[in-house]
Amino acid sequence: MLTAAIFVPLAGALVMLSLRSLDERRLRAVATVIASVPLVLAVVAWLRFDTAIGGFQLVESAPWIPSLGVTYKIGLDGLSLPLVALTALLFPVSIAYPTDGKGRLREYLAWFLFLESVSLGVFLALDLFLFYVFFDLSLVGMYFLIGQWGHGEARRSALKFFIYTLSGTLLVLLGIFGLYLAMSPRTFDMVEIIRQQPLAGNALAGGLVFLAFVIGFGIKTPIVPFHTWLPPAHVDAPGPASAILAGVLLKMGTYAFIRIVLSMLPEAFDRYALWVGIVAVVSIVYGAFVALGQTNLKRRIAYTSVNHMGYVILGIAAAAAIGQGGEAARRLALTGATVEMVAHGLITGGLFLLSGSVWNRGKEYDLDSYGGLAERAPTMAGITILLAFASLGLPGLAGFVAEFQIFVGAFDAFPWLAGIGLLGILVTAALFLQMVQKLFFGALPDRWGTWKDLSPVELASLVPLAALVVVIGVAPAWLLDVIGSASKYILAAAEAAVRR
Amino acid sequence: MKQMSLPLGEILPEIVLVVGTIVTLLWALFAPRRLQAATALVALAVLAVTAVVTGLLLADPPGATFFGTYAADATALWAKIIIIAGTAIAVALSVDWFRADPRHGELYTLILFAALGSTLMAGATDLMELIVGILLSSASGFALAGFHRRSAAAGEAAIKFFLVGGLATSSLLFGSALLFGLSGTTVYAGMAAGLSGGDATALAVAFALVSVGLAYKLGAVPVHTWVPDVAQGSPAPMAGFLTAIPKVGSLIALARLAVALGDSPVGWRPMVAGLAAATMTLGNLAALWQDDVRRLLGWSAVSMTGYGLMGIVAIGRSDLAVPSILYFLLTYVVANLAAFGVVVELRGRTDIASYAGLGRSHPLLATALLLAFLSFVGIPPLAGFVAKLQLFLATIDAGYTWLAVLAVANTVVSLFYYLRVLGPCYFEERPTIALPVLGWRAAAATLTSAAALVVLGIGAQPLLDAFANVGLLPR
Repeated sequence: MLTAAIFVPLAGALVMLSLRSLDERRLRAVATVIASVPLVLAVVAWLRFDTAIGGFQLVESAPWIPSLGVTYKIGLDGLSLPLVALTALLFPVSIAYPTDGKGRLREYLAWFLFLESVSLGVFLALDLFLFYVFFDLSLVGMYFLIGQWGHGEARRSALKFFIYTLSGTLLVLLGIFGLYLAMSPRTFDMVEIIRQQPLAGNALAGGLVFLAFVIGFGIKTPIVPFHTWLPPAHVDAPGPASAILAGVLLKMGTYAFIRIVLSMLPEAFDRYALWVGIVAVVSIVYGAFVALGQTNLKRRIAYTSVNHMGYVILGIAAAAAIGQGGEAARRLALTGATVEMVAHGLITGGLFLLSGSVWNRGKEYDLDSYGGLAERAPTMAGITILLAFASLGLPGLAGFVAEFQIFVGAFDAFPWLAGIGLLGILVTAALFLQMVQKLFFGALPDRWGTWKDLSPVELASLVPLAALVVVIGVAPAWLLDVIGSASKYILAAAEAAVRR
Repeated sequence: MKQMSLPLGEILPEIVLVVGTIVTLLWALFAPRRLQAATALVALAVLAVTAVVTGLLLADPPGATFFGTYAADATALWAKIIIIAGTAIAVALSVDWFRADPRHGELYTLILFAALGSTLMAGATDLMELIVGILLSSASGFALAGFHRRSAAAGEAAIKFFLVGGLATSSLLFGSALLFGLSGTTVYAGMAAGLSGGDATALAVAFALVSVGLAYKLGAVPVHTWVPDVAQGSPAPMAGFLTAIPKVGSLIALARLAVALGDSPVGWRPMVAGLAAATMTLGNLAALWQDDVRRLLGWSAVSMTGYGLMGIVAIGRSDLAVPSILYFLLTYVVANLAAFGVVVELRGRTDIASYAGLGRSHPLLATALLLAFLSFVGIPPLAGFVAKLQLFLATIDAGYTWLAVLAVANTVVSLFYYLRVLGPCYFEERPTIALPVLGWRAAAATLTSAAALVVLGIGAQPLLDAFANVGLLPR
């Protein structure tokens, strides 16, 4: 079943390329339907998921390259299931979202479906080789989406994105080699690596592999100072591609921090948790302040991603600091970090889609040139305000649930760091309020006199995201149960490995 | 010397190749001009028969033959398969390209001789045998590089190829003489024993001199200078052939020599590691700002040699060393010919600007270029990734982590220049002038090679099985 979730969009991408006779509306409709198949499968998986089991479920495997210890193995746990569902939701929504296909809509949709396939693969893979294949291919897909359908200095941004993030993935590859070579027998099987803990007790090798992973995944996440590829990529990408980049691709980095770094190198992570926490807080504060300084709408949202990913990493670092925090607090931090990934995906995905709408109507991102749009576009204003408030952590919305848990957990492990990190929340509040005010209130410039409100398609894409933000904010238990089952299991395994 | 009769059956592929080449030559000499193109078919038939004979021997590889001077082991047989496959692609690329040349029949003879030379290098377990292989490969190579007699660029490429070759070959001869003097034998099997207790400095010098001869065929530093010129100036199908096929023989030859020297205090491992590091870095840096796609491919060929040399560094320390070398050679040959195939199919268009918009005007060719370049970079699941994965693993396994890290850094750099071609290829509008293409044969060969990169990447297991446990010094 999960295999179908990965390969249906891939097959769909090939189908797209062959549909020469359809008009643009039908093409988009076909692509949206194909992209929704994994969503249906994710819902089925969610219903079949048993929170009483800590390990991986719905596992499917087949031999692939046995002589190198490579298996095609996929499966789910409470950590990956929400991210799979998020991915499966964001893709159809972004594909349906209107953009300029530049006369090559077929290729555009095909690349999107390809990217959906590999993104699901990253979260589902239970073999490091398979994981790396999907992880690397996500760069190729995004490179072409930004380069071909972006605007401004799209080619330059796409090039920077590809080269910068490839250097990260290659560091990851070196790290994977470090784990693989220490295994006996040699295998890329993640479950087996987590069980054997091949680098336990080897401080030097463990430390080096840890460093490779932290920098490699840190580039993908991104954390300061490895974030410089992100703003140009976001600004020049088409709106839906930005939504995917922020909503799905960034999560690959943070997901790997838990799935690989925390689960496979708990000892090294425990030793260096404080340092990772410091970097996370730098990302939080720096991201927030730089975002505040931006007058470009997309750049501002892009930097809030740096800030939000900082929260996620802070939560993970707090969870990894076995010597520092209590068990309950660490579990809370890890659950919070995972909820933050989902919340950020929904919120920032939605905000980037909205910024795509702004671009389609106004062809510019400069906040100062807008104003008073609320009277022309009340629905657009309403949804933007809802998502902005969710992003700044207003109680009752998804962001709050996540950040509350992260900070409660972090205060236990690193009280000083968490205190400084709170500063980031204040600044984000200011910058989002200012953004909303500049876009929607004040005097409406004459040139936007014919500004249109959201179209039905745009609305249909945004409403599910906004609704989930509210649902998670008000009644998060269904999500917390699933994530909690994984947090408990992952932390127990990590702790056992460290104490061993 | 127990057996005095010659074990001809064990070198049947070589015999078939020699006889077949002569048949091809006779055909080219006596066939009327309108049938000259059919020489390619004769050559392909010869390659096919050689492949079949090689395949039959693979079931039970004979091992050392001809009194230890030549290896007919699994490594040599697989090298032959790789050489034959690459040569067949090159022949298919050549048909339409050379059609206008009234004498092009003899081209195929030269191609087959060059392939034979590479085959001999791959099988040589004796210094004299190695020299014969290198000379055969080089002599035919010079003629192939300069086959367009009226082209100044081809002439320059051939002359440069020849001059550097003369220098490198003399170094090889000096080195071989020194090795012979030090060990008392030219046969690899007895070399390590003969060298024990010998003068370490003299031995290091001898190995370095021989390496220079092999580095020439590999396109490695410091005798790599012919590669970009040949890639740019010689006929495009031959540029693809000459930058790939001799590598197969020479890389395996260097591997065998390294094993022959064994644990003698020559320090060949750090020497080869240094050679690998210098070669990949120089090749990549020089490729960065090339505006000529063929020259860019030439420099990329230099850097790829550097990666291949990593496999030699790991010999004797990692089980993955020899399989990684063979897999690397296979994927490199296919990817290189696919990339040059695109150039051939575009009638040799080589200015980077003329590739802009290729994604719209020639989507299939652009896809072939994309697959070849991404395979060079090592993007999974393409064949190049499986090759690089093994090379990197073997290098780290052998304790040369710094070399693997350097190779990773180089890989990032290489992405930049490949994207300098691929980016405009996909991101620019359809070119305003029509880009004529050559013909269906070259297109078919190119697309087949590109498709093979996907198949070899995802379906690596059968070949990895075959390459596991192959040796370098048969008894």
